Amino acid sequence: MQGVTFDIAHLLAGSLVLVSFLQLYQARLYALLNIYALHALVLAASVAWQAFIQSAPHLYITAGIALIFKAMIIPVALHRIIVRLGIHREIETVVGVGSAMLLGMGLVALSMVVMLRVTAEADPLAREDLAFALAVVLLGLLMMVTRRNAVSQVIGFMSLENGLVLAATGAKGMPLVVEISVAFSVLIAFIVVGIFLFRIRERFDTVDVHALDRFQGERR
Amino acid sequence: MTFGALSGVLLIPVVAAALLAVLPGYHVTARLNVLAALLTFLTACSLFAVEPASGTYLLVDDLNKVFIVLTTFVGFTTAMFSASYIGHEIELGKLTPRFVRFYHAMYQVLMFGMNLALIANNIGLMWVAIELATLSTVLMVGIYRTHEALEAAWKYFILGSVGIALALFGTILIYMAARPVIGEGLDAMVWTVLMTRAAQFDPALLNVAFVFLLLGYGTKVGLAPLHAWLPDAHAEGPTPISAVLSGLLLNVALYALLRFKMLLALSAGAIAPGPLMVTMGLISALFAAFMLYKRRDIKRLFAYSSIEHMGIIVFAFGMGGPLANFAGLLHMTMHSLTKSAIFFSVGHISQVKGTQKIADIGGLTASNPVLGWGLVLGVVAIAGLPPLGIFMSEFLVVSSTFARQPWLAVVLVAAILVALGGLFMRLNTVAFGEPRGASAPAKASYVPMFAHLALVFVAGIYLPPALVAGFENVARQLG
Repeated sequence: MQGVTFDIAHLLAGSLVLVSFLQLYQARLYALLNIYALHALVLAASVAWQAFIQSAPHLYITAGIALIFKAMIIPVALHRIIVRLGIHREIETVVGVGSAMLLGMGLVALSMVVMLRVTAEADPLAREDLAFALAVVLLGLLMMVTRRNAVSQVIGFMSLENGLVLAATGAKGMPLVVEISVAFSVLIAFIVVGIFLFRIRERFDTVDVHALDRFQGERR
Repeated sequence: MTFGALSGVLLIPVVAAALLAVLPGYHVTARLNVLAALLTFLTACSLFAVEPASGTYLLVDDLNKVFIVLTTFVGFTTAMFSASYIGHEIELGKLTPRFVRFYHAMYQVLMFGMNLALIANNIGLMWVAIELATLSTVLMVGIYRTHEALEAAWKYFILGSVGIALALFGTILIYMAARPVIGEGLDAMVWTVLMTRAAQFDPALLNVAFVFLLLGYGTKVGLAPLHAWLPDAHAEGPTPISAVLSGLLLNVALYALLRFKMLLALSAGAIAPGPLMVTMGLISALFAAFMLYKRRDIKRLFAYSSIEHMGIIVFAFGMGGPLANFAGLLHMTMHSLTKSAIFFSVGHISQVKGTQKIADIGGLTASNPVLGWGLVLGVVAIAGLPPLGIFMSEFLVVSSTFARQPWLAVVLVAAILVALGGLFMRLNTVAFGEPRGASAPAKASYVPMFAHLALVFVAGIYLPPALVAGFENVARQLG
């Protein structure tokens, strides 16, 4: 039984890394959004499984937040924003797909090397969860730096945050996990509302961050 | 005592925020804001008289008492400045009453967030509090709703969020390190418990955790490779927010770093956090000093100066030892007071002149003598000239470094001198010569600005023995 529970937890955490890779090369915003919803869904499953094997019922709340807020409400809201802004074109990426994937693999290898080495004495489930979580966090960061579009940067940030929730739930018995996931949800809601506000105020013609960089540095 | 001073510094801002969010009328709310800040400050001072016991969630010790009194004091004086500044902004039509209500409520939320971060006895709670403080400043930076303000807020938001995410990962790792020793549950995140058992933690995990925490909270401190949000946020937000950002929020993030540094110092096998902090501090100070020369916006100029000074402070704490820590604490206090005083005068100056561009501001000492000379005094202080307080703290940092690492001290002195040149070059155009630009009469309250400068001046000449003893005590604990 111990073996099976471990394998399932491992499978779910590993799938999260895999879905992060899927996100890296999505060229269209809609597709990216759908993959993000899948990301949140896998996270919800993973957290729920952790709640079950740790017999920690409060983690079901975190799983519920991931399922309802992140996998449903946020993608739908962003979907509507994308339609309203009329930006369902292709995403231009700064580095090509190939190099992004290579970089991603490098980051995963890095997180495995770092985390597995330093957590040699921790219990195997937690240490592999942590290694996967770091990989998801780094892949999220990679996505934020390779994308120019504000919406896809936000999706990068949200998948980064999913990695953090994975780490927090993997750390057995960690207090405040629910509070932290609520705090993050508030943060994300702010971001989404922020994008929306930009639109409503009609201050920006575009959510391309490149265009926002006009004022970078000094106003002349 | 059911209503302790500890719950006081949290409850007063919360109640005030709730009241300010609903009360109409600018004059009443601005006074209420000042009153709430004053009450918080007095409550914080009472921590010195009766020290409440630390619980599972809240903590008072010598270290955070210094921070919290400084935070609430500058919070109070900034509220006074804000009352006259925001009043003028309303007259200019830049802010509507609805936004002012929102602004005042957020100001108190910020004070609550910072106070909570400072007295939290739990690494998770501290993280949440710093996130709250950051969010409230993001909202205030974007309050003018101009293109630049929204962009600055967005940049601050994204960079701050990444910083906060990295800090959370570090926090989780600290918990992972503590769990095998302390056991599952809340205790493994409580500072006071962590500090007693830190020697048994897995050093490798602590090392990785500290790297994440340094990057995460370092973003908030504004250390060099991670500082990009700071100048924009300072320049585009309302000036009272620039003052609290520079004077207080950077300190709060630094406080978090110092706590984790103390934790690592207890573990024999962990890396010494000092050299990492020294490196980042020196890079920040040197980088920001050179950046001062290219600034065209007066608030950006002083934002870069804040990066430089945070670099010096992080450098001093990274060097460690009683003398360098003492110098770091003193420098932090002096910088908070001086920098907020400078922003007070800059705020009024940009209102008088109707611009923040250095090229359009000139001859202030002739056109607005009080503001102009206030700015001159502030810049003289921040550049580190004697006999003001920053001279003394910088002198202590440099001389304690010379005794141990002469080459590092040379780099530090170079950074300080480069910054001095940059600041005076700009000061010369702004303060002296023929008056340039518009010159509306200043409707300013000079009290906060000169109160700060007077404190800095007195500290440069005479430090009360009680203060010295207190700082020395904290410096010893910092290790």
